Amino acid sequence: MAESKWTPKEPMVSAKDVHKSFGDLEVLKGVSMDVMKGDCVCVIGPSGSGKSTYIRCINALNPIDSGSIEVEGQEVNDPHLDKLELRKKVGMVFQQYNLFPHKTALENIMMAPMRVLKEPKDEVETRARELIKKVRLEGKEDSFPGELSGGQQQRVAIARSLAMRPDVMLFDEVTAALDPETVKEVLVTIRDLAEEGMTCILVTHEMGFAREVANHIYFTDRGVIVEHGPPKTFFTKAKDPRTKEFLSQIL
Amino acid sequence: MLQSIQDYFRQLAETNPSWNFIYIYDPVQTARVLDGLWMTIILSVVCVILSVVIGVVGALLQGSPRRWVRSVVQGYIQFFRNTPPLIQLLFFYFALGQFTPSYSPDGWLEVPIISNVGWAIISLSFFAGAFNVEIFRSGIEAVPESTKEASESLGMNRLQTYIYVVLPLAFRVSLPSLNNNLVNLVKTTTQAIVIAVPELLYQLVSIYNDYSTAQNACMVLMFLVYIVLVGILVLGMNRWERGMRIPGYGA
Ligand SMILES: Nc1ncnc2c1ncn2[C@@H]1O[C@H](COP(=O)(O)OP(=O)(O)OP(=O)(O)O)[C@@H](O)[C@H]1O
Ligand SMILES: [Mg+2]
Repeated sequence: MAESKWTPKEPMVSAKDVHKSFGDLEVLKGVSMDVMKGDCVCVIGPSGSGKSTYIRCINALNPIDSGSIEVEGQEVNDPHLDKLELRKKVGMVFQQYNLFPHKTALENIMMAPMRVLKEPKDEVETRARELIKKVRLEGKEDSFPGELSGGQQQRVAIARSLAMRPDVMLFDEVTAALDPETVKEVLVTIRDLAEEGMTCILVTHEMGFAREVANHIYFTDRGVIVEHGPPKTFFTKAKDPRTKEFLSQIL
Repeated sequence: MLQSIQDYFRQLAETNPSWNFIYIYDPVQTARVLDGLWMTIILSVVCVILSVVIGVVGALLQGSPRRWVRSVVQGYIQFFRNTPPLIQLLFFYFALGQFTPSYSPDGWLEVPIISNVGWAIISLSFFAGAFNVEIFRSGIEAVPESTKEASESLGMNRLQTYIYVVLPLAFRVSLPSLNNNLVNLVKTTTQAIVIAVPELLYQLVSIYNDYSTAQNACMVLMFLVYIVLVGILVLGMNRWERGMRIPGYGA
């Protein structure tokens, strides 16, 4: 493995001309994006535009066909990619939470640090309990996922990712499966994270959240980034007709 | 007490010649029954354990990226699932038995290193194991792709994902079918009679060949023993199933 010379002055995640097809269907047609350390970036766009595909490419759940994605200088599009090294740096939270149903909330959080990082159990447990507190789930340590509400499960999932101490967190429509009241509790958790300086990339339909928390917004359509900018200009001065139409429908 | 029971059945045999419970009052026959019962229990326990091991290993091999490995497992399953266990027993003992080396413990008699009991254990374990492979495989397939992805995105490798996530979930899904197959296996051990394994059926048949009046009594005992043996197995499996049940998960 080449020693990475990445410094925090450079983009933490840097995608250049990413292409990805499923069979004949080209889903990403040259996506580029730079995310600096501490950024909170929102990716929005109509259904099927390739948002999930893109975000899954960043932690190599989907291999890319061409182009480059570097995470702290580590090239993801590399046949000899050390996925473990990459995934230690990149946390991911899914729409459907995907908790381990046979493990309690606490055990869900503890599993990866113990098995992957081989950290001692008591140390991991202390950290897991702190994380439970951080996502405001005290008292639910010993509950199984099936005994928790959607919003609670999603916050366990966030804590589970954080337990690996990632440098960047990916969120793929993590509130889409929740009812409106519980959306807020999850968004507050993510906002707190962003405010603490965690680098976040979110695929979301929550425009209020994007406007308030994100420092950069990307609008994608049919596999390309149509337009991007900081929320202030993005929401008021969108130029592209496709962006305007999307915003008019959703706002 | 015992004496009066024995007297009662001795009396019964004299007044009702078709109900000669000889194994109750004749110590020689009692010993034969107990020997047979013990052999049946050994055969059942050893085959149950071996067939489960074969099932787990086979199911893992079926997930192998190597095609020939999968083909070998598939061939094994087809052979053992689609042919009668009775013929398998005969084949193992009489056909394969010719080719296994023998040794001479007393310098006179040549004894094959695998006895008929050994062949019965091998043959029956592979027979039930073939079904167990299928049972575990469908359990493994029931684990959602998204749960595996969550595990991998936390940095767990394939093996860790298997051990800590897939297998514990797959096992729970498999237990009811496993239960059925093991019940079948215990009942199938009676077929070892064809290669003269001295299990319960063999002993009871010998008894009523010697004492034809004991035939009905022997059959009654046969049913009773199997009702109790299988009952114990089912009770244990059900308790295990309940113990493994995850609060709030599944049906
Ligand atoms: N594994 C796959 N195999 C084949 N096609 C896929 C696969 N994953 C995604 N696609 C296709 O790629 C396209 C983009 O999908 P993607 O999930 O990235 O969209 P999205 O922007 O996340 O949409 P949504 O807002 O509905 O989640 C869709 O047409 C989808 O059918
Ligand atoms: Mg999506």
